[in-house]
Amino acid sequence: MSGAPRPTRPAGPGADGAGAALGARLRERDLSAAPATLNLLESTTAADREAAAALLREISPAALGHEAPGHVIGITGPPGAGKSTLLSALLKAWRERGQTVAMLAVDPSSRRSGGSLLGDRARVEFDPADRDVFIRSTSAGERLGGLAWATRAAAHALAAAFDVVVIETVGVGQAETEIADVADTVAVVVQPGSGDTLQFLKSGIMEIPDVLVVTMRTRRDLSAALRSLGSRDTEVVAVSSLSPPQGIEQLLEALASHRARVDLAQRRLRARRLGALADFEHEHGERGLRGLGGRRAAERLLDRQEPELDIAALVAALERGADA
Amino acid sequence: MSGENSPRLPERDRPWMMRTYAGHSTAKASNELYRRNLAKGQTGLSVAFDLPTQTGYDPDDELARGEVGKVGVPVCHRGDMETLMDGIPLGEMNTSMTINATAAWLLSLYIVAAEQQGVAPEQLQGTTQNDIIKEFLARGTYAFPPAASMRLIADMIAYTVEHVPKWNPINICSYHLQEAGATPVQEIAYAMSNAIAVLDAARERVTAAHAGDEQAAGQLMEQVFGRISFFVNAGVRFVEEHAKLRAMSTLWSELGRERYGVQNERHLRFRYGVQVNSLGLTEAQPENNVQRIVLEALAVTLGRDARARAIQLPAWNEALGLPRPWDQQWSLRIQQVLAYETDILEYPDIFEGSIVMDGLVAELLEGARAEMAVVAEHGGAVEAVAYMKAALVDSHRERIRRIEAGEQVVVGQNRFAETEESPLTADAEGGILVVDPAVEAEQIEAVRAWREGRDQAAVDAALSELAEAAAAQEQMPNLMHATIAAARAGATTGEWARTLREVFGSYRAPTGVGETAAAPADGDLGELREQVAQLQERLGRRPKILVGKPGLDGHSNGAEQIAVRARDAGMDVVYEGIRLTPAQIAASALQEGVHVIGLSILSGSHRELIPAVIEALREAGVSAPVVVGGIIPEQDVAGLRSAGVAAVYTPKDFDITRIMRDIVELVGNGANGSNGVAESAASGVA
Repeated sequence: MSGAPRPTRPAGPGADGAGAALGARLRERDLSAAPATLNLLESTTAADREAAAALLREISPAALGHEAPGHVIGITGPPGAGKSTLLSALLKAWRERGQTVAMLAVDPSSRRSGGSLLGDRARVEFDPADRDVFIRSTSAGERLGGLAWATRAAAHALAAAFDVVVIETVGVGQAETEIADVADTVAVVVQPGSGDTLQFLKSGIMEIPDVLVVTMRTRRDLSAALRSLGSRDTEVVAVSSLSPPQGIEQLLEALASHRARVDLAQRRLRARRLGALADFEHEHGERGLRGLGGRRAAERLLDRQEPELDIAALVAALERGADA
Repeated sequence: MSGENSPRLPERDRPWMMRTYAGHSTAKASNELYRRNLAKGQTGLSVAFDLPTQTGYDPDDELARGEVGKVGVPVCHRGDMETLMDGIPLGEMNTSMTINATAAWLLSLYIVAAEQQGVAPEQLQGTTQNDIIKEFLARGTYAFPPAASMRLIADMIAYTVEHVPKWNPINICSYHLQEAGATPVQEIAYAMSNAIAVLDAARERVTAAHAGDEQAAGQLMEQVFGRISFFVNAGVRFVEEHAKLRAMSTLWSELGRERYGVQNERHLRFRYGVQVNSLGLTEAQPENNVQRIVLEALAVTLGRDARARAIQLPAWNEALGLPRPWDQQWSLRIQQVLAYETDILEYPDIFEGSIVMDGLVAELLEGARAEMAVVAEHGGAVEAVAYMKAALVDSHRERIRRIEAGEQVVVGQNRFAETEESPLTADAEGGILVVDPAVEAEQIEAVRAWREGRDQAAVDAALSELAEAAAAQEQMPNLMHATIAAARAGATTGEWARTLREVFGSYRAPTGVGETAAAPADGDLGELREQVAQLQERLGRRPKILVGKPGLDGHSNGAEQIAVRARDAGMDVVYEGIRLTPAQIAASALQEGVHVIGLSILSGSHRELIPAVIEALREAGVSAPVVVGGIIPEQDVAGLRSAGVAAVYTPKDFDITRIMRDIVELVGNGANGSNGVAESAASGVA
């Protein structure tokens, strides 16, 4: 990141080195680096921001020589759709296949009250002694229905070390738009009785997901609706979230086959650029965007950057553009 | 005065049944206690089971650690039940069992123990608490998901009404709702909604069993309705509390007539037992609890039209720890003075015609009917668990706020706090019962010896029959038959519950904290938010706290209030509900990157569990400080501190905002001189 502006406050000695060391551990697929990685990526101090940039640099496609190998899966759906039961069953199935899993649970509650209550992790069953599973909850903060701002970088970082990285959000509507910006594959879980989903799909409020997970009962309606909308790519998988869950095998298959079909490099590139834009906006706001000549101009600036740059490097490029 | 205009009854009423909620250590020790209590004039038994028994685990299960024999007696198999009831004639005794998720199992053990005494099931009298909805809402000793739990309850009702006709198969509990913070209106409405859910399930069961014979089913439903009793609470506002019971009585008979077509007046009577309020008992100046208990007892005895059938009173020192036999004797003597020395049993209903009482009842009825309608809109009590839970957490928060602000006076706590040294707590143990830690090891040995000595093939056969009956989808068989057979064969409590868990799946109840409304950030809370915001700037991340409940203790009201207040103060709060192992807590603390860990225990198992959690945290490489809250006797505090606990909070620390301020300072001190990188690097070295 030569030529990057100096941080406003001088970083402590070795901050950069600590970030790089964490990044190196992730690259070597050391899963125990995950908690510290998240602590760092969530931090806003100047020293930590620089260390975070160093970490991301270590696991950038340029450093790795390829895209981070993990499968980043976004799973979203309204409350009560049975996501917890489904995630428990998926987790179990992945672990039975020897795959390591990180889960980023984004809590939907607003921060108006100050803090937030993060209780979802308990609803996902896993063996606490299993070191190959990592679950982290974050609050969506002020951005209702969106992602916590550190979640994009976290997903990229964890994809270097874990086989599967799940981002779980709650909601129907805007939430899956943002999740689609970061995930390789988006699965939407639909509540029993699919009336709302049909309406959302038809009205375009809801983007068409990569995989639609429905209850046995509603599968036929939705398949027909998707065909009528001209979507042939979206696979509809029926599962029963009542114990014992059924249809998990098919869902795993659908997720994996979407990942095999998708142009990963293209999708990740888009995710990094949109992530950088979100980060820049978080840091510098609308005024920052205006300094670049508006959002479109910022997007064009990002399009001109080298494809293997990591999020932090892209943010730095935007900052240089704004300074210029 | 006598004759028609006499204000007196022609004959003094018989006293209510007097019980003491008791049991600890072992079946043998508890049996000795029961016999002594009966000799003192107690007229019925009230069995307190330990938490492993209540939640369906054997003493050698990982989750049972630290809990065996603590808050009650461990009953693991029919041998334990026989020992517990040894020398007590079960044909004459009236036994109340505080047992819910595993009620079908404990009743089966009781039936089998009675057989050994030559007593037939038809002769047995007593009550199994068996109210699972309030376990989801307030008490936490559930084992199976809601639908399966409701099936077990319906099975028990259908079974007992035919085979154990003098048994009360379920006590609908409003008691624990008040302990969880319910207002009188909520207590009435949620208890009645709960009763509707149970009766609807029972009606379905009974109708299915007598398909085609509407008259027989209707008759049986009359009997079912007549066997449903309640277990209520009474707080120190005893006039309103009495009105609450009259309102419940009115609603109950209305419900019987209108919804279930009950005609027999005897079946329509509102029958209830009571344990008066423990929530209001204080650790500060605990002797004041005696007068609170006396006044609360008046709420349930004063008016004849809504008088309790059975009473058990808490002991003066419940907020300090487990009461000793002498403490419980004191509470029994309160009942005896009321019943035998005063004149309350000599009059007809003394509130008849009272404008004030009628007005209070009308007010409560109106509120309760409105709230029942809301529950009905949610689809009934089972579907509305999350709604009711959040409402209770909100009410409890309001209660605490009023006490903190001094709007609600608690003598000796937030007012008149000056005190002389109490001679009552001066002894070495601080005036409470301490269960010998050797009990757990003994019980583990004992259950292993029991498994060695039994006919294993018979047990295996009985359990697989139980599994089959539970899994049947069509024409679901009544699980009581297979349960009694397993009890007879010598299966254990843990085996019975595990068999059903495997079929039914496990379950975590809603915590209620996520849905609570935000508190206004004024006064003390506003200042606290400012401190949290400053700390956040120093840390680089929002301060994050893990609130954990290790072990089997399901009393989560305190932990929930801490979680909500921490959120209101601006922290990120990881709260996962009850029944966590030390390993789960350590994994959460590590993965979530929390700055501080708050643990809550009320069951007396802190001596074992807190050090176990700290050890697990150390192994995971978590260095965040740990604070502990709960019913922690003064003499245990030093031990916890030396085990590595940063601070200990007990019921006398009623000001939660102050606790929060301490915690924020604690995190701030730990963060001195370090930044996020140092923090990250340190916790990454695991």
